[in-house]
Amino acid sequence: MPVSLDIDGEVVDVEASQDDLLLWVLRNALRKNGPKYGCGAAQCGACTVLANGIPIRSCVFPLSALADKKIETLDGLRAPDGGVHALQAAFILEQAAQCGYCSAGVIMTAAALLRANPAPSDQRVRQALDGNLCRCGSHNRVVRAVLRAADMMAGR
Amino acid sequence: MSPMLSRRNLLQAGSGIVVGLSLSGGQVVGQTTDRLPAYLANNPRLDAWLRIDANGDATLFTGKVELGQGVLTALVQIAADELDLPIERFGVVSGDTRISPDEGPTAGSLSMPESGTAIQFAAAEVRHILLDAAARRLNVPMSVLRTTDGVVTSPDGRKITYGDLAGGEVLRREATGRRAPKPAASRRHVGHSVQRIDLPAKFQGEPAFLQDERPEGLLHGRVVRPPFAGARLVGVSDSQAAGMPGVVKVVRDGSFLAVIASDERQAMLARDALERAARWEGEAPEVSHETIHEWLKSRPSDDSRIFSKTDPAPAAERVHEATYRRPFLMHGSIGPSAAIALLDAGEYVITTHSQTVFSTAPAIAQMLGVPVASVRLRHAPGSGCYGHNGADDVAADAALLARSVPGRPVRVQWERRDEHAWEPLGSAMQIELRAGVDRNGDIVDWRCDLWSMPHSTRPGGEAGNLFAAQTLAQPFAAPPARAIPAPSYGPDRNAIPAYDFSRQEITTHLVRDTPVRVSALRSLGAHANVFAIESFIDELALAAAADPVAYRLRHLSDPRAIETIRRTAQSFGWDGFVRAPGRGRGIGFARYKNLAAYCAVCMEAEFSADSGVVTIVRATVGVDAGAVVNPDGLRNQIEGGLLQSISWTLKEEVRFASGRVLSDSWAAYPILKFSEAPPVDVVVIDHPDAPFLGAGEASQGPAAAALGNAVSDALGVRVRSLPLTPDRLRAAASGAIAPRGKH
Ligand code: FES
Ligand code: FES
Repeated sequence: MPVSLDIDGEVVDVEASQDDLLLWVLRNALRKNGPKYGCGAAQCGACTVLANGIPIRSCVFPLSALADKKIETLDGLRAPDGGVHALQAAFILEQAAQCGYCSAGVIMTAAALLRANPAPSDQRVRQALDGNLCRCGSHNRVVRAVLRAADMMAGR
Repeated sequence: MSPMLSRRNLLQAGSGIVVGLSLSGGQVVGQTTDRLPAYLANNPRLDAWLRIDANGDATLFTGKVELGQGVLTALVQIAADELDLPIERFGVVSGDTRISPDEGPTAGSLSMPESGTAIQFAAAEVRHILLDAAARRLNVPMSVLRTTDGVVTSPDGRKITYGDLAGGEVLRREATGRRAPKPAASRRHVGHSVQRIDLPAKFQGEPAFLQDERPEGLLHGRVVRPPFAGARLVGVSDSQAAGMPGVVKVVRDGSFLAVIASDERQAMLARDALERAARWEGEAPEVSHETIHEWLKSRPSDDSRIFSKTDPAPAAERVHEATYRRPFLMHGSIGPSAAIALLDAGEYVITTHSQTVFSTAPAIAQMLGVPVASVRLRHAPGSGCYGHNGADDVAADAALLARSVPGRPVRVQWERRDEHAWEPLGSAMQIELRAGVDRNGDIVDWRCDLWSMPHSTRPGGEAGNLFAAQTLAQPFAAPPARAIPAPSYGPDRNAIPAYDFSRQEITTHLVRDTPVRVSALRSLGAHANVFAIESFIDELALAAAADPVAYRLRHLSDPRAIETIRRTAQSFGWDGFVRAPGRGRGIGFARYKNLAAYCAVCMEAEFSADSGVVTIVRATVGVDAGAVVNPDGLRNQIEGGLLQSISWTLKEEVRFASGRVLSDSWAAYPILKFSEAPPVDVVVIDHPDAPFLGAGEASQGPAAAALGNAVSDALGVRVRSLPLTPDRLRAAASGAIAPRGKH
């Protein structure tokens, strides 16, 4: 039975079962690159996507929990005018990664934060990202990039 | 994606980010050489390094691979400068054993001095050949021609492009090394602002990692690992797994047990079923993380006196002794290891994020019993590895599975618990130091005895170093770990102090038995050795009632070491430090491998007596990496290493018992979080005329030492065993009776 999902602004039917986990459906059936497999246990944040604007760990969510939810992945993240999103631009400007494996989850978590809180403090950004692990030690660059994106989005 | 980076991802400079490097590793910049740079001598054909197509676009071939350190960007900068061709007109083919020049492993901070130099000379010569061809075509002397952005122009305005010149056989010749690279002053890219070429795709959800490759007909493999080291598979009833939906095959060879399915989730479910159906037997040594150090000292060891010195000096008036310990540590890559293998027409093609494609390919060939020429490894980026993690082992797993389904690509993805439980760990160590001091408290005698297991079991062409190969029905025995000799050393890396103590004896006790898998983790023994040496120096300074910075300077004569410590301490505000209750400061210093970058770290830490938790208030790190041509890349590496070392030192210990790793998830092995990362100030000490000094691992040791010293300063008592966990610190603080020194 195909399952209908709303992903990155498109409604798609995928051959999957309701208990399939979102991460594998995104990566394999829908060929999304952003959400990454890191732990499969909601412990690292690499697989983070947004469901109705809320960051979720796609590695533990079965499709049955996502009916009628709008899913957003890094692959579909765009600025309102369709161009490169301010977060993506700011991450490039700050060179906010080493290996970049954590980046997709970090950027999606930050995207949700900035929608809820367009001018967060340094501390607030860190709190929001505490469930995202980065092993390369890019933490401070990432925080700078998120703050810079907030400035860019506010036209500062 | 293919290891060929697309040109549209090659962004140019302009954001204030500077990438660059020194090229002087053993070569004098801007001069010709009678001896080719080593990698060029090994791979002398110019078209092995550079090719130019009819459009004038270039492809750079390199054996070095991107691990998150930005190496490909740096190598393109070098080639772009020498060729006079814009960066965005380069594609890169990296780490393909069939078509890239063999440049050895991507490790040891050697890419820039060695690979960079080879590419510099190759590109300089290619440009010369193109100029020569242009001169013939335009019938003018070469000396009057100019090259700009891939176009050769003659004084009368006639133009000819590289694309027109590079056809046919023109680059099919061997390098002579007789074409001088450009002098530093005429470089446009090296030393200037260039963004990493690989990052935009990673930030925009484009295919950028091995995991994003989805070849036609891809199958998914999962491997069932033994429950503990040394366990043998004595039985498995595989009928349930074999009958599960999507399962293509259950593969068993001795104790190697795996499943291949057409869908990844089905592979995971079948793996779980297989795991439940498997029966294992065996014995593991009765040792755990709690007893590892006693165990280490009780085992037979290879003992070697790696250094001794007997300069005249007054007799010691007093002797101090202390013992320091480090537990097993994990690389802890955020992405568990993965590989894709395909057996087609007798050839294995394996996509891997290995650091050592050229020496892992023959190891896999040996395991498979096929000629080396029929195994091709091609690199694609994975998660950061920080040394020898599961990358090579999963490549071997994938090869074994591909063998059983010829014509179909198989991706093996290690699960999180596979990576946590089976990646080769950084060895536990014990370091015993003894110092004799004269009547001023200055150190005249220094003795170090260190115990460690090996720090490198990289494949190195031997199947016995691959995890799967050790478990086959016809197993390959693990060969004895190779020693890493002077001057780099392995367990004993940085065990020789940088200080001028008159009499020294440094002895390594290498224990070859290991209760868990071990191999190279960023900086090898330097993390523990620098932690021990620099902690002990602080203890001796305290005993001498001396300031730790001044005390270090008293024992140093290398001017660059002195400058690094001084500038770091000054920038940190060491002298004006105002002590708040519960707070302390610490310094740590080392020159990595005693031959690479100099690095000093100062930290301020706050200790909460109630919770036992340490908060790092701030850190300053000073680095002298010789000629600094890549300040942003250098800062990124130095700060990243420092934060990683804080995580190791403060939080990490691999718990295990009887061969079973208990730290098998992030919940069981916590690492540094965003809210725990302190502000870091990086001070780059530039020596433009000095050679490039590898820096990627330089901050691991000094950061650990500064942290240990700051914590001990805050506590008023020394803690000599890592990690500095709340339980350990609270226990130390409550037993603290020694009055704090007044530094
Ligand atoms: S992969 Fe989902 S949180 Fe780690
Ligand atoms: S940049 Fe490598 S894990 Fe974050």
